[in-house]
Amino acid sequence: MSSLNLDAEALYADLLAGVRGLMQPDSVLVGIWSGGAWLAERLQRDLNRSGENGVISSALHRDDFGSRGLTAGADHTKLPFEVDGKPIVLIDDVLYTGRTIRAVINELYDFGRPASVTLAVLVDRGGRELPIHAAVSAARITLPRGQRLSLAKDDAGRFSFDIKEGA
Amino acid sequence: MRNPQLNAHGELIHLLSIEGLPPAVLHHILDTAGTFLSVNDREVKKVPLLRGKSVFNLFFENSTRTRTTFEIAAKRLSADVINLDIARSSAAKGESLLDTIANLSAMHADMFVVRHSESGAPYLIAQHCAPHVHVVNAGDGRHAHPTQGLLDMYTIRHYKQDFTKLTVAIVGDIVHSRVARSDIHALTTLGVPEIRAVGPKTLVPGDLAAMGVRVCHDMKEGIRDADVIIMLRLQNERMSGAMLPSAAEFFKNYGLTPEKLALAKPDAIVMHPGPINRGVEIDSIVADGTQSVILPQVTFGIAVRMAVMSIIAGNVA
Repeated sequence: MSSLNLDAEALYADLLAGVRGLMQPDSVLVGIWSGGAWLAERLQRDLNRSGENGVISSALHRDDFGSRGLTAGADHTKLPFEVDGKPIVLIDDVLYTGRTIRAVINELYDFGRPASVTLAVLVDRGGRELPIHAAVSAARITLPRGQRLSLAKDDAGRFSFDIKEGA
Repeated sequence: MRNPQLNAHGELIHLLSIEGLPPAVLHHILDTAGTFLSVNDREVKKVPLLRGKSVFNLFFENSTRTRTTFEIAAKRLSADVINLDIARSSAAKGESLLDTIANLSAMHADMFVVRHSESGAPYLIAQHCAPHVHVVNAGDGRHAHPTQGLLDMYTIRHYKQDFTKLTVAIVGDIVHSRVARSDIHALTTLGVPEIRAVGPKTLVPGDLAAMGVRVCHDMKEGIRDADVIIMLRLQNERMSGAMLPSAAEFFKNYGLTPEKLALAKPDAIVMHPGPINRGVEIDSIVADGTQSVILPQVTFGIAVRMAVMSIIAGNVA
């Protein structure tokens, strides 16, 4: 772990406030597997939304498939509602190059035509390689390219950040 | 020597045979197939993993069903699919197998799906194609039919979950069956404790005991308390000489009837790689009955073939 001071729980409170402002009556939350899915599940509860949030995986639309191959198994997309005509609020832990967001938007369109797609993230770490923008980001930081930042969740459901060296 | 199907990192680059593949590779394929099965529920039943890739179906031996499922699988992965009726074209004109492959490679093939009457033909192609080209064995001689073996494993896992407590009976024409061979290798690798090969002496070879299989020439003994019954097609077109008195005689002794099925566990499933010969190896009542999973096998087969093609295409030699 680096000495970077990121309090994931404090940032979550800011994310919750931001997402509350984005929600329309018929909006649905869709968390990007895996960190974003944890966030969406908790947001669904804390915003008192009825039903289940959606989970979406980038695996089948990734642009690095040719070099990295297929990532296995557990990352199933589950969208327990009609996508057609819905305002979708995508949730992720870290926004970086924007490539994952591009992939999950394609994945989303395999299920229908949403009314709109908005993005809310816990941390925007810059370094965008595509014209993608988050409507809500609880923190903006800059990290060296080699570092990987991701959300972790302990047994009690509390969030923290995990930083690893190496792409 | 390294298994020619795996690269230096132990990743699958061709699928030639189940023999020699570690359990982790088989589980990875089955898990991935589960992901693809859910693609059928989407409005857009297509994913872009093989977009821009060309898959050549090379069927030196006819098989409409297998070729079609490979074609559907490749198309759902967004590949361009080229079907070659090789049996009636180049080979008939005297071109050698490797010359055919060299020509198709010059047309920028990325993957060959090969069915051939000679055992080992897909190995030969894998050895001689460019490093970026992948080969899937869709059945070679009596040797192997690995995607059928894998879809059988997917089916068993779907209905029975745990392989390590099962009794699996494979019934019928085992001597001619590459499906049986692939199933036996897969079941052994996945830890099935009891595998039985059931059929007359002329169709169940003695060397099977060496593969860790219990050979049963009595049908009742063979399917008693089985969890899974895999019926094989009586391959009339492969029969040479008098291996059987008659199809009717075979049905009497080894055909799966409701009475014989009652000897298996009450929740046993009945599988068959198709095409089925009603009244030869299986009674219509059983084939259409509640324990039959013959049609789900076909559906699972597409997902398994999508998994195999996407996994090998994502790995570099």
